[in-house]
Amino acid sequence: MNASFAALLYLISGILFILALRGLGSPETAREGNRFGVIGMAIAIITTLLYQFPASFFSFFLVVVGIAIGGAIGVWRARTIKMTEMPQLVAFFHALVGLAAVLVAASALNAPKAFGLGIPGGIHAGSLLEMALGAAIGAITFTGSIIAYLKLDGKMSGAPIMLPNRHVINIGLAALLFVFIFAFMMTEGHFVFWLIALTAFALGVLVIIPIGGADMPVVISMLNSYSGWAAAAVGFTLGNLALIITGALVGSSGAILSYVMCKGMNRSFISVILGGFGGEVAAPPPGEAGEAGKETRSVQQATPEEAGKLLKAAKRVIIVPGYGLAVAQAQHAVREIADVLKKNGADVKYAIHPVAGRMPGHMNVLLAEANVPYDEVFELEEINPEFKDADVALVIGANDVTNPAAKTDTASPIYGMPILDVELAKAVLFVKRGMGSGYAGVENELFFRPNTKMLFGDAKKVADSVLRAME
Amino acid sequence: MASELDPQTLEKLKAAAAAARQAADSAQAYADQFAAGAHGLSGGAIDPFIFRVAIFALAVFVGYYVVWSVKPALHTPLMSVTNAISSVIVVGALLSAGVEVTSADDGAGTARFYGFLALILASVNIFGGFLVTERMLSMFKKKG
Repeated sequence: MNASFAALLYLISGILFILALRGLGSPETAREGNRFGVIGMAIAIITTLLYQFPASFFSFFLVVVGIAIGGAIGVWRARTIKMTEMPQLVAFFHALVGLAAVLVAASALNAPKAFGLGIPGGIHAGSLLEMALGAAIGAITFTGSIIAYLKLDGKMSGAPIMLPNRHVINIGLAALLFVFIFAFMMTEGHFVFWLIALTAFALGVLVIIPIGGADMPVVISMLNSYSGWAAAAVGFTLGNLALIITGALVGSSGAILSYVMCKGMNRSFISVILGGFGGEVAAPPPGEAGEAGKETRSVQQATPEEAGKLLKAAKRVIIVPGYGLAVAQAQHAVREIADVLKKNGADVKYAIHPVAGRMPGHMNVLLAEANVPYDEVFELEEINPEFKDADVALVIGANDVTNPAAKTDTASPIYGMPILDVELAKAVLFVKRGMGSGYAGVENELFFRPNTKMLFGDAKKVADSVLRAME
Repeated sequence: MASELDPQTLEKLKAAAAAARQAADSAQAYADQFAAGAHGLSGGAIDPFIFRVAIFALAVFVGYYVVWSVKPALHTPLMSVTNAISSVIVVGALLSAGVEVTSADDGAGTARFYGFLALILASVNIFGGFLVTERMLSMFKKKG
């Protein structure tokens, strides 16, 4: 196979990747899209093997063994991962792409002939720049994703870690990175290459540690984007169309998701990156209810029996799930409540806020896992006009995203954040662990409205007792 | 199984294989012509790097419009599938793992080692990414 024909096949594989993303436009075509992705990947791998078959039997053996080891680990993770742990898994996968980019750039530096980059010591400066960029972005993606993984997995506190003078340190490291990249282009030095990687590794850690647990949906989208740009840079080094196209697709996809998440949280991208916000959400203190004493206004409480009665009388019910629902593993119990309601002839819908989970679209996956049909699940813009006609809005494990203060109180830190218009429903049932405030640290106006009834306790236990009361 | 294949079927299979080979050859011939044409059109004066930048820039725009058309409900599968396809970096890993190592050590051995590691990492991602996406998407069901 000659180079032009291989390039054409790589182009086809890039086009199949575009079709893979296109398929995700609707749940009906999504699985087909995923298969396009698989075919595109198979074409890319087979083309590479045919174009440059492993030089020796031992090399061929390494290729087979490498794919077998990696494939086995991948299959095992994909089969066993819990859906609540998807953000960790994705963060971990981003780390792998990042490190792979560093390693491929390092190989290209060591054996430039195999990549058509000339002889060692005589690599074109442009190729050296591409290599350095691939390694630097890959390295930042790697350590940044590892930190994100540790924070999401609870292996590291979600609280922001604020080093003194961290902005100065980060700017210093970034400047150092540019100096090293320039030196690398001039000298093609292997030692300088690893200095670039090391500096970028450090930068990746330092950029992510000050970002709090609550901002993780932005971080994970941002790292998704970085992994794409790293792949694209390596694609330029190798002159590979599949990699360039894919890198561009993934890079822009991650950037869009970061934007969507920032908008959903009413945060600017810059302020998320600067960090130091919203650490308390990753591990809410169990004694939250103790803070209730500070508030003088009183709330109305409801027993599960009263809640059950209210729900049974309702004709239109909108369920508003938040991440607390997933933490308490209450999604199945909630779906059973919905089943009973539907049997009673009530209309049940789910309202999803953009940042309802730990990553974009996370809550939709969790509900789908609990057998909630996707055509009962609605986005914020779709569902907001319907709250005024709802008899009951059942809020479980969500807080800030329902706070009407975001619309009216200009002094509130969440002012301007898009929220679900839960307060317009005739009655609001609010399931919550205690009276503590959400991650933004603001009191929810909704609790003190006359049409709101609070049910305190663990989301799963409350949902179970409401369900029993209804049956 | 093989005994069930009568000579006629065997002949047909052989013919099909020959046709496929011919198709691949002619596709390659077309590709060569196309590449030569593109090179000729630019008078051989345009650096291939510029073509790559052009493709990159266009792909960014394609990505932008395609991703905006993805429903927010499918953003998690979107992320896992973009993750899986970005492991097409495996192409680089395969090239370096299969590199020729000669007795005069010119770094090829090191390159092969890095390539092998990168191949493992990328394979975890390819298999894990596509499979977990499939697993998630199979959960999305319609009413009834």
